[in-house]
Amino acid sequence: MTLPKRKFDTLVIGAGGGGLRAALQLAQADASVAVVSKVFPTRSHTVAAQGGMNAALANVSPDNWHWHMYDTVKGSDYLGDQDAIEYMCRAAAKTVIELEHAGVPFSRMENGSIYQRPFGGQSQNFGGDQAARTCAAADRTGHAILHSLYQQNIRSKTHFFDEYFAIDLVKDEEGFVLGAVVLEIETGEPLLIEARTTLLATGGAGQLFRTNTNAHINTGDGLAMALRAGVPLQDMEFFQFHPTGIAGKGMLISEAARGEGGYLVNKDGERFMERYAPHAKDLASRDVVSRSISIEVKEGRGCGPNGDYIHLKLDHLGPEVLDKRLPAISESIRTFLGVDPSKDLVPIYPTAHYTMGGIPTNKSGQVVVPVDTGEEVIPGLYAAGECACVSVHGANRLGGNSLLDIVVFGRAAGNDIIEFLKENPYHRRMSQDSVDQALSRIARWDQKGEGESVDTLRRELQTTMEEYCGVFRTEEILSEGLGKVLELEQRMSQVRLQDHSKIFNTARIEAMELENLIDIGVATVTSALARQESRGAHSRVDYPKRDDVHWMKHSLYYKENRRLDYKPVRTKPLTVESFPPKDRVY
Amino acid sequence: MRFKIHRYNPETDKKPYMQDFELEIDSSRMVRDALIRIKAQDESLVFRHSCGEGVCGSDAINMNGINGLGCLTRLSSLKQPIEIRPVPGMPIIRDLVVNMDQFFNQYRAIKPYLTVNDPEPEVEYKQTPEQRDKLDGLYECILCGCCSTFCPSFWWNPDKFRGPAALLQAYRFLADSRDQATTERLEELDGPYRMFRCHTIMNCVNVCPKGLNPTKAINEIKKMMLKDML
Repeated sequence: MTLPKRKFDTLVIGAGGGGLRAALQLAQADASVAVVSKVFPTRSHTVAAQGGMNAALANVSPDNWHWHMYDTVKGSDYLGDQDAIEYMCRAAAKTVIELEHAGVPFSRMENGSIYQRPFGGQSQNFGGDQAARTCAAADRTGHAILHSLYQQNIRSKTHFFDEYFAIDLVKDEEGFVLGAVVLEIETGEPLLIEARTTLLATGGAGQLFRTNTNAHINTGDGLAMALRAGVPLQDMEFFQFHPTGIAGKGMLISEAARGEGGYLVNKDGERFMERYAPHAKDLASRDVVSRSISIEVKEGRGCGPNGDYIHLKLDHLGPEVLDKRLPAISESIRTFLGVDPSKDLVPIYPTAHYTMGGIPTNKSGQVVVPVDTGEEVIPGLYAAGECACVSVHGANRLGGNSLLDIVVFGRAAGNDIIEFLKENPYHRRMSQDSVDQALSRIARWDQKGEGESVDTLRRELQTTMEEYCGVFRTEEILSEGLGKVLELEQRMSQVRLQDHSKIFNTARIEAMELENLIDIGVATVTSALARQESRGAHSRVDYPKRDDVHWMKHSLYYKENRRLDYKPVRTKPLTVESFPPKDRVY
Repeated sequence: MRFKIHRYNPETDKKPYMQDFELEIDSSRMVRDALIRIKAQDESLVFRHSCGEGVCGSDAINMNGINGLGCLTRLSSLKQPIEIRPVPGMPIIRDLVVNMDQFFNQYRAIKPYLTVNDPEPEVEYKQTPEQRDKLDGLYECILCGCCSTFCPSFWWNPDKFRGPAALLQAYRFLADSRDQATTERLEELDGPYRMFRCHTIMNCVNVCPKGLNPTKAINEIKKMMLKDML
């Protein structure tokens, strides 16, 4: 059987905000673009982003990009690269305006400008009063942005491969990335997409954890594809737990709930964030708020019959704010908890939310790996969005910076790809070895017979990650966790599918997603075990302090031999003075 | 709880059939939770789903004869045995998965993108809160297809009638104070089929999981057409 082939200038894997923004930039520049997505594009998880997108438009409070930059560096616990952060914060306003012109139905101020709300970790004048920097379309900002980007891609005639699952990247001996082998889910047939550049925009890996805010599809496929292609993953120990997931279920309650005036109370009705963050209170950084909630519960001040959650108080906001500014989360609270946010307290608990780590890139979206004392780009390979690690989020991402990240760096990658295409006008010779290797990944699941199920292993992985790699970590817990994840990796070879049909075989897709998750789980625990300090979302009880002397550096995890390497944080911004690390108080 | 689920694998089944399942599950859970649990026992059961909170629009299915999202439909709201089928009127690929091509073709046909002919300013197009309010109830559509696949007019003419979802989006752009393609949009919807096949049966309104009202949007388009003619 010969493998069918398609040829494009550029292949984009993933149809969330990052992938679609890049595709739009490319399609408008007359490059032929293929977007491969395992779900119909508007099902991508960008659609679930609620609160908004940061940009210093100063529509509500005085603001400028430099203050935004300061907040982002501080929020990252000084692990973010300051050149990339400056680039992102400078580009923010323009990027929001472009989205508005593309049709995003932002909420509005009386004077007709874009509505902005306060979000966590935002300040005026380098740590002063609370800023209102988050541009919002009610609490459906991700939905509004994703749909508008898809719509503009329809107009630009981007070529979509809907419901195709990416198997692996294809590389030649010189290390150029030449496209990918993908699988058409409906027919079960593989397809080779040849492209002079490939952009990974596959999102995060929240499905690593049992309780998460993520969609079923968030299995970090691009991260695992990069690992298998020999690319390291950067800063994987930093996984964000969002303070307000619906207790026990995980659905997200946007930070907008607190931005609009909601706050957290413990079983005594105390507004406990005043103790942990006297200045910013409930709008401290997410890592700080999540840890505070965990401590309240651990110390016996949790709510409910088992004392295992905290209450979010919204009932004082009034129907105007709930209906106008927070309609979707109000609906979610009614649907999934059966309580009325205008009258009742809402049970919440920190929930796995966002992958700060990812595929190392520079600020043009090029994937970079360390060589000798410097870095080298992998020719033809780009990454953007949650699967990438630029790194603008460092050890902790600020709310509202994720939608910004995907659009700014999706666009930047698009622009750099246009340059690469000019310099590399012809497709390179396809590497049959690399194609065969990708195909063997599919063939592996044709093995028949008795074995463990995908479902069993996935659940064990998720429980293990939650118990052994959660909000608080120690050497002992992480070592045990690593043993367990490695055991799962071993057992994976004994897993067998019972369903071997071709047509729309989702069991086979889930099996390959689980392979991806296990690789990422090992990367996460390994990186977490090695980092002997507490920084941002990585909280080591046995090393409670941040250690800038030994650990102000990025981790790099390689799949081969589970090797770890490190590279320095880029502390030098593009034009302004560096923000040196200092104590992080809110 | 007892379930009857539509099964069809074109590789092995001559025709579709209903399969019985029994499951121990808390009835306060959603239908999607039950389907995931059933798939854990029988991995050959196929359905689409993703976000689990009613924003991605993947899991439109037909439950006891009514279209809805599996992730937002509480098991306790349904009489047992709960009959789960694919949304009606669409070609079935396998089990609960249908081919949605015609639905998306109709969506693309209404040119669902903001169209402005003026030169682009360096700032946002201004829009008052009142003008922006006109988009509420329209932009929230998640393209799940519950409405169009429950519309008899769409069943009869899926190639010619735009269907409620696409028409709701057509009005979303007609209602947008920033959009400058009003005349073209109205002209495109003229004729006996594209919009006028709507017979206000209102199935769309009854099944929309986001509480949107395509029938009202269609009426608003008709009013705009009338005004345009006068």
